[in-house]
Amino acid sequence: MNRPVNPKDLPLDDDNGPLYVAQKKVYPQSISGTFRRIKWGLMAFCLGVYYFLPFVRWNRGLGAPSQAVLIDLPNSRFYFFFIELWPQEVYYFTGLLIVAAVALFLMNSVGGRIWCGYLCPQTVWTDLFYAVERLIEGDRRERMKKDKSSDPMKLERISEIVLKHSIWLLIGWWTGGAWVLYFNDAPTLVKELVTFQAPMIAYIWIGILTATTYVLAGFMREQVCTYMCPWPRIQAALTDEWALNVTYRYDRGEKRTSVKKAAELRALGEQVGDCVDCYQCVAVCPTGIDIRNGPQLECIQCGLCIDACDNVMTKIGRPKRLIGYDNDVNIQRRQEGKAPVYRIVRARTVAYSAIIAAVGGIMFYTLATRSLLDVNVLHDRNPVAVRLSDGSIRNAYTVRLLNKSGYDRVIAIDANGPVNATIHVIGIDSVTPDRPMIVVPRDSTSELRLLVTAPAEGNPEKSIPVRFHVTDIGLGEVASATDNFVAP
Amino acid sequence: MTDHHSDIDPVSGRSTTGHEWDGIKELNTPLPRWWVITFYLTIVWAIGYWIVYPAWPLISSNTTGLFGYSTRADVAVELANLEKIRGAKMVALGAASLADIEKDPALLALARAKGKTVFGDNCAPCHGSGGAGAKGYPNLNDDDWLWGGSLDQIMQTIQFGARSGHAKTHEGQMLAFGKDGVLKPDEIVTAANYVRALSGLPTRKGYDAAKGEKIFAENCVACHGDGGKGNPEMGAPNLTDKIWLYGSDEATLIETISQGRAGVMPAWEGRLDPATIKAMAVYVHSLGGGK
Repeated sequence: MNRPVNPKDLPLDDDNGPLYVAQKKVYPQSISGTFRRIKWGLMAFCLGVYYFLPFVRWNRGLGAPSQAVLIDLPNSRFYFFFIELWPQEVYYFTGLLIVAAVALFLMNSVGGRIWCGYLCPQTVWTDLFYAVERLIEGDRRERMKKDKSSDPMKLERISEIVLKHSIWLLIGWWTGGAWVLYFNDAPTLVKELVTFQAPMIAYIWIGILTATTYVLAGFMREQVCTYMCPWPRIQAALTDEWALNVTYRYDRGEKRTSVKKAAELRALGEQVGDCVDCYQCVAVCPTGIDIRNGPQLECIQCGLCIDACDNVMTKIGRPKRLIGYDNDVNIQRRQEGKAPVYRIVRARTVAYSAIIAAVGGIMFYTLATRSLLDVNVLHDRNPVAVRLSDGSIRNAYTVRLLNKSGYDRVIAIDANGPVNATIHVIGIDSVTPDRPMIVVPRDSTSELRLLVTAPAEGNPEKSIPVRFHVTDIGLGEVASATDNFVAP
Repeated sequence: MTDHHSDIDPVSGRSTTGHEWDGIKELNTPLPRWWVITFYLTIVWAIGYWIVYPAWPLISSNTTGLFGYSTRADVAVELANLEKIRGAKMVALGAASLADIEKDPALLALARAKGKTVFGDNCAPCHGSGGAGAKGYPNLNDDDWLWGGSLDQIMQTIQFGARSGHAKTHEGQMLAFGKDGVLKPDEIVTAANYVRALSGLPTRKGYDAAKGEKIFAENCVACHGDGGKGNPEMGAPNLTDKIWLYGSDEATLIETISQGRAGVMPAWEGRLDPATIKAMAVYVHSLGGGK
C-alpha cells in the first residue's frame, strides 16, 4: 500500500523528475500451482484454436468453400461453420462486439482483469516467449546473472541467444502464417506458400505479424499493458468495491517479519503478520511489481503471485491464500472481526449478464431465422412516372434479388397494388406473362430493371402502395418489399 | 511554467505537473524511454518523407521528391488499367448483336452501365438525366417514338440523328402552314381542333368537323397518315395518342401548324465509337419504352 506522505517529509527541492525512464527488464521466475496450471491450459487452448482452426473443414456443398472459418474478402463473404454472412449483415459483428465488450465488463466485475491475466493475446504470447526464454537461458537468477555478466561472450552464450531469437521468430512466423490462412483456403495456401506461389500480400502479412509478435512478445511485453493498452484505465473506472481482484491480504500479512522472528514472537503470544518478506510474489510477477503495494495499473492479475505465496505458506505451515482473489471490503470486515462476504450476484453483474443474454439471444434468433431469399426495391427517381401513348401509367424500379442459399433458384416476381397492373423485366421474355421468372445463381444477387404498367382508369390516386413478392417456385420461399406506384 | 518544486501528491508521495482539475492533480510520470525514442524516430521519418515525397511548396510548383511520386500519375495508371479491363468487355459488346445484348444479363448490365454514363455526358442536356425529356425533347421512357422504338431504329437515330446534316440523317419536318401561306388563320384553328378531336380532346364551340377533316386530308395525311396515326419513316408523330411533344392545347397546336416544327437530334456517329453507340441504344431501349 502506498502510505500517505506528509509533504513536509520530502526534500523541498525535489525536482520535476526525469523526462523518461528506461524499461526495467523483468525476469519472472518459474512457478507451479493452481493458477499456473490454469494459465498453461488456457494458453494451449487459445493457441491451439488460433493455429489450427483454419484447417477445420465444413461441408457447404459443391462450389462453396469448405473451410469452417473463412473471411473471403474478394467475394465479400464471411463463413463461420453453419453461418455465412454477406457484407450488408455486418450488424452481426456489431452484436458480437457488444457481447465481447460487455463480457469484458462482466469478467471485470466478477474477477477483475481475467482477460488480461489469462486470455489476452499479449499475455498468452508473452507467456509463451518467457517459457522459451526460461527453457534456453535458465530461470530468473541464471538469466539475471547472464545479462549482468561483463565477461566476453562465449560460444555457448551466443548460441543460446541465437537459439532463443530463432525460436521466437519461428513462433512469430507461425503466428503470421496462421493469420493469413483465415483469409484463404488453408491447405491450398499452405501449398502455395511453401512453393512460393502465394500472392505477395500473403507474404507481406506474414512478415508484418512475425515482426509484431516478435517485438511485442519478445521485447515490449509488460510495456504494452502499462503504456499502450487502454483497458487498464477503463477497467479501473469500471470496477467497484465488490469485484474480486488479486489482492494482498494485508490484514493477515502485516507486520512482515522473518520466519524465525515470527515463530519467536508467536511463542510469546504476540500478534505477527504472515508475510515473511520472501519476495517470491515479486520474483514470479511478469510485470515486475510488488502486489503488496495494493491494486495497481501494471498488475494484469494473472494469479502467479498467488501460486508463489501459497507455496511459501505451505512450506512455513501457515494457511494459504495470503494473496488471493479478494477485495478491500472483506479486508475491512476481517479487521473488524466479521466474516468476509462475497457478492457475485449484484446489480451490475446481473445487468451485464442480461445484456449479454439479450444481445446474444437476438443474434441467435436472427441467425436462426435468417432469410436466404431477399429482395430490395428502388423506385426510379427521374422520371418518377411515365405516361404512355394510350394514357396508361408506367413506373420503373430497380429490383435486386438476393439468393443467399447454396443452390440456384428460379424466382417469380409479382407486384400487387395498382388495379390491372402488368409487370415486365427488361431482358426477360417470360413464358408466364405478367409473372416474370428469373434464375438467380447460388450465393449471388441479380439486379433487374422492372416496369409496372397500369391503366389510368381504376388508379386515380397520386400514389398507390405496391408490394413486390418474390417466390422461389421450387421451394415456395417468399420475400417481399414495398414501394409506391406514382401517377405522373 | 509554475514553480512546483515542492508540489508533491500527499497520497503517492510523487511530484505533480502542477496541473489541476477540480482538485485532482496530474502526477508527473516519466515517459518510457522507448516512447521518447519512437517519438524522435517519427521526426526523422518525417524528414525522410520530405526528401522522397513531394512536400515543400515552391513559388510555382513544389518539391517532387526522390521517388517522383504523384497522385495524378497514380490516377492515370488506375484509369489505364480500368480501360484495359473495360476494353476487352467493350469488344465483346461491339461484337454482339443488339438483340443478343439484351438477352445476356452480363452484357445487358455492362451496356446499361456504359449507356447510363455516356447518356449523362452527352444526352442529358436535352433529354434530361433520366431521359424524361422536356417540351420539344422527347421523353425516352415512354412508348411513343418519332422515328421508331425498336433497338435498330433507336440505334439508327442515335448514329445519324434527325435533321442533323449527316448524310444518312432522318429527314422530314413539320411544315409552317401559316407562315408559308398554305393555310389561312381560320383554317389553322379548324385544323388544330380537328387534331384535338383525334385524340378525344374537347373542341371549341362552332368547330366544323367536316371542314377540319377536309383540311387534314388535303394537307396532313401525306405525313401523319390516314386517321393521323403518324409515320416513323418521316418522323411524323401519332396524333391520336396521349403524348404530345410540344403540347396539346389549342394555342400550342396553332403555333405548331402555323410555324412548323423541326427539332434537331445530332448525329453521334464519329463522335462516339460504335460499341458505345450500341450500349446507348440498349440503354435507351431498356428505359422502358423500347419496342
